[in-house]
Amino acid sequence: MSSRGLEATAAANSAPSSGRIEPLSAVAGNAPKLFNGFFEWFGSLGIFSWRVIQAAVTPPYEWRELIRQLDEVGSKSLPLVAMAGAAIGVILSLEARYSLSRFGAKSMFPATLVYSVIQVMGPVITGLIVSGRVGAGMGAELASMKVTEQIDAIEASAINPYRLLAATRILACILMLPLLTIATDACALLTGWFAQALVEPLSFHQFITDGFNGATFSAFLPQTFKTAVYGLIIGLIACFQGMRTRGGAAGVGRAATNSVVLASLFLILADVVLVKFILVFFP
Amino acid sequence: MGTAYDITVKQADPERVGLMPVIAVENVYKSFAGHRVLNGITLRVGRGETVAVLGRSGTGKSVLLRLIIGLEKPDSGSVSIHGQDLAGLGLDRMGEIRKKIGFLFQSAALYDSLTVQENVAFPLEHHRRDMSKSERTDRVRQLLAEVGLDSNIDRMPSDISGGMQKRVGLARALALEPEILLLDEPTAGLDPISSGEINELILKLQRERRMASVVVTHDLHSAKTIAGRLALLHEGDVAIEGTFEDLQQSDIGFVKEFLKQS
Repeated sequence: MSSRGLEATAAANSAPSSGRIEPLSAVAGNAPKLFNGFFEWFGSLGIFSWRVIQAAVTPPYEWRELIRQLDEVGSKSLPLVAMAGAAIGVILSLEARYSLSRFGAKSMFPATLVYSVIQVMGPVITGLIVSGRVGAGMGAELASMKVTEQIDAIEASAINPYRLLAATRILACILMLPLLTIATDACALLTGWFAQALVEPLSFHQFITDGFNGATFSAFLPQTFKTAVYGLIIGLIACFQGMRTRGGAAGVGRAATNSVVLASLFLILADVVLVKFILVFFP
Repeated sequence: MGTAYDITVKQADPERVGLMPVIAVENVYKSFAGHRVLNGITLRVGRGETVAVLGRSGTGKSVLLRLIIGLEKPDSGSVSIHGQDLAGLGLDRMGEIRKKIGFLFQSAALYDSLTVQENVAFPLEHHRRDMSKSERTDRVRQLLAEVGLDSNIDRMPSDISGGMQKRVGLARALALEPEILLLDEPTAGLDPISSGEINELILKLQRERRMASVVVTHDLHSAKTIAGRLALLHEGDVAIEGTFEDLQQSDIGFVKEFLKQS
């Protein structure tokens, strides 16, 4: 397991602690192995990514599988992200009203809600929800196919598994994340307005007009379309973890867990970079 | 393992194999995690010939098949199909060679999200795009009939027996009309009647299609029924190859013990 430093860390974080404390010397002794495993993991991910890019840009294109995956990632995630968005909208509405009232800035409510949903909460919540649902599903499905030799059977049938299985899934995630984010944002704004309207009369037209007053496309579009990068991360990590699985049922479980943990982690880390990038290029 | 035997390798008869063997495995070494599985193995198979590869568990029989179809790469040595060395070929170029090879996995490896019919249609959908849907359906039904499966074609793989799964796997392996057939334990886990039926089926296919075949098996009875030549692996190399009679007449200790125990 020394070659899987990142996975080991992910699995350790997701597993309950045994309560046993490793001696410091043992931890230090494993450091070179973990260090090697860390770089080996990134190296393998790089090779995997290159193979997927090569497969994705050369014909034949797997349109039918892509459409199936668009449905799998998009349509089937829609109810979940809509519900999450609705809940976030209510929570933000309650919190924002309370905070703004304290500072006598209740008139800022619509803009606060719109900006916090579209610029921060919507993209991240959508990314994490899809990472949980799609990342685990893809990781487990591909891992199961790997351990039952179905991926070998695809390759033996002269079909490139990177094109059929990985490129289609990753592309579906890239295309669907921004659309799902728009759905999350819409639900959050709708329920956020509704929660406010129950307390104080506020027309939806007024809420939207005040919320988007003075806003430009550059304030919202980059934040929404950055989720395509989240999609890339979720699809890539889930396919990579699934297609390199070894070790039967335990391996399948490990692949599913690692897919979710690593995709969520990298998604949040990527957000740090993306936010800075957007602030620089879309001030 | 453990017991040391005097191993004398008997090479394939060059006339039988032909000047240009269809499959040529030359001096191949393969290790996994420091454990050597194949130890300089050489095996050649000619057109229309069926070679059964026998040996104890863990002697690299399945690894040999995976090397021939390019699912594994040798540490050293070469694997050639129709004289084309597989080393360094990209996935797409390798794909062109794989279209000529049918592979039956030990577990059948059917796609569990597809029906029996869809499993067999899978290679046709990807490589015979010139076929209309009705032509493809007819071809799938013909293939399934050929392996004795006229009914149950809309069932899922998990709903059919192990023997039926092997038949479906065989039909899928034959879909692209391969010139080479690789069978990994085709009768493993089957009752004697099902095993006999699979053996009959393989013999029938050999008569009709004249493919170069490699059959990995533990089943000596199956091997002598379906194969003209037997290769017995020991410690990652061919201990002896020849007809069943050649094996019976061998003085090699390991060969005698293997035949006695089988």
